[in-house]
Amino acid sequence: MTQEMDLNQRFEDYIASDQKIEAKDWMPDAYRKTLIRQISQHAHSEIIGMQPEGNWITRAPSLKRKSILLAKVQDEAGHGLYLYSAAETLGISRDEMLDALHTGQAKYSSIFNYPTLTWADMGAIGWLVDGAAIMNQVPLCKCSYGPYARAMVRVCKEESFHQRQGFQIMLNLSQGTTEQKEMAQDALNRWWWPSLMMFGPNDASSKHSEQSMRWKIKRFSNDELRQRFVDMTVPQAELLGLTVPDPDLQWNEETGHYDFGPIDWSEFEQVVAGNGPCNRERIETRVKAHENGAWVREAAAAYATKSAERTSSQTSAA
Amino acid sequence: MSAPKAEWPLWEVFVRSRQGLSHKHVGSLHAADATMAISNARDVYTRRQEGTSIWVVKAEDITASSPSDKDVLFDPANDKVYRHPTFYDLPDEVKNM
Amino acid sequence: MAAQDHEWILRFGDDALVLAQRLSEWCSHGPALEEDIALSNIALDLLGQARALLTLAGQREGRGRDEDALAYFRTDREYRNALLVELPNGHFGDTIVRQMLFDQFAVLRYEALANQTVDRELAAIASKALKEVRYHAAHSAQWVVRLGDGTEESHQRAQASLDVLWSYTAELFEDDAVSQACSDAGVMPLNAGFEASWTAQVEAILSEATLSCPESSALHTGGRNGRHTEHLSYMLAEMQVLPRTYPGAAW
Repeated sequence: MTQEMDLNQRFEDYIASDQKIEAKDWMPDAYRKTLIRQISQHAHSEIIGMQPEGNWITRAPSLKRKSILLAKVQDEAGHGLYLYSAAETLGISRDEMLDALHTGQAKYSSIFNYPTLTWADMGAIGWLVDGAAIMNQVPLCKCSYGPYARAMVRVCKEESFHQRQGFQIMLNLSQGTTEQKEMAQDALNRWWWPSLMMFGPNDASSKHSEQSMRWKIKRFSNDELRQRFVDMTVPQAELLGLTVPDPDLQWNEETGHYDFGPIDWSEFEQVVAGNGPCNRERIETRVKAHENGAWVREAAAAYATKSAERTSSQTSAA
Repeated sequence: MSAPKAEWPLWEVFVRSRQGLSHKHVGSLHAADATMAISNARDVYTRRQEGTSIWVVKAEDITASSPSDKDVLFDPANDKVYRHPTFYDLPDEVKNM
Repeated sequence: MAAQDHEWILRFGDDALVLAQRLSEWCSHGPALEEDIALSNIALDLLGQARALLTLAGQREGRGRDEDALAYFRTDREYRNALLVELPNGHFGDTIVRQMLFDQFAVLRYEALANQTVDRELAAIASKALKEVRYHAAHSAQWVVRLGDGTEESHQRAQASLDVLWSYTAELFEDDAVSQACSDAGVMPLNAGFEASWTAQVEAILSEATLSCPESSALHTGGRNGRHTEHLSYMLAEMQVLPRTYPGAAW
């Protein structure tokens, strides 16, 4: 048996026995590439995801809401950071990943290419988008790659308040004035379908799913998670007194699940292809922040070099 | 002066979650210098009062054992069962040992 | 009639609120992910201070105004912050130099407020805030040094920021009937009393940063009495838009 086969066997054994793969362990190239793609996309989503909500920090309607929102968006920066760090263990640098994002080669979750038009969108994003994200993320805490799994444990722990604060915003609005209630319904109307699309294409047409499931990077299929999300969310919408914008939505006694209408995948593909309402702005904003920060990063690096040189010359003089 | 590096170095962060416990690896981050690394670690990894003390170590300064040596390094401890208390059968009358 | 305590508390609260609002504009625009998080943390601390101080000011005023009534339903002419904190963020150098100048002042002011026993509620807020602003002060001082003693470009930028912002610092040490009453009540020394320590601290930082202390020139003042720069009204228009559009709504 060649050494490669030996290593591959060990890798397969680890996967089969639910042991984690760690950064320095041997792994097939394709596994490494899949992880880098998925983790960096995930990190990019967190970072780009700061923008639609960041859009309302300065306009939050109370100081309490402002604190909560700022803390939440800050958490997203933290989550992006944990995830970039996890990806870096696979031998790619953060700069390389950011380059890929800035030049449009890397993808991020399309949901963040929709605009946040009213304050109710802060509620809808927390409730629906974070709700969907949690559904996707909880299984990742058990994924086969150790650093990713550990980052996700931290993310999920911190994320738990995000959805609750969103739902609370929706609750306050739906119990508020007529205008507030309309605002909440309008937000649900705009965010419902994009949230369902967050689970990705139907299983039949998902190109990466099968291998990822086998490697235990992914643990449930897109459609399974989407169904779970619908089942969880519909009763919550009823509690809010809001109407889910899907005429086909109904409880199916036989399956014990909600049936829902067909998803307009052409819209999804448009947004993924870069033609969503905010694709350009999101990337432009990110690139601008990065470019405007270049002189600052350089200054700090230069100062660190200088101080290190001073310290070493002092030490050698002593 | 040497040209500044493109990217700030990577630091590994260890946090003591409370007095009496040892520092535990929590993740990593980028910082230009050690002071900034501590500061960033505080903001990134202890936003929810997770720590009472922080260590930061430049990732490049860590020497790690190689996974290919795993068998050689760790398997030999496998048959030293006499290092474990359960190896020793004592009469039931002996308490608290 | 002598000035009332809510008047000086409002000044402390407005400084914190306006600076928090400015810093929160940085969120997702920071020069590095780590620094983005750091700036948000500082903004959150300041926001927390503002909420506590405005709540207290409202109670002392006794007209039933809470933190949000004070934050969202006063015009710029009723805001009592120093002009320094309302200036637009500019680039990171502008923001961090401003932060350093203000942090050094905030530490001194909170130290005084934390150590007095005349107003214990205020002292409690101040001792909590003091820990926070000491951290902010260390953070901003370190950055000023990095920028000042970093590259040629960063040095020039930081010096230019300093030259502009410097003319807004004298206002911090001005006194009037309100600060006099505050001092008479034994709550805090006159603002002028902080100037020597502040100058010594700031000069030490600037010297380490290889930046030169500007000659005091133009003096911008008026914030404590509601005469602000043109910037504050825009900032408030943005900040207050929802409560003013939907009066009476709860969020």
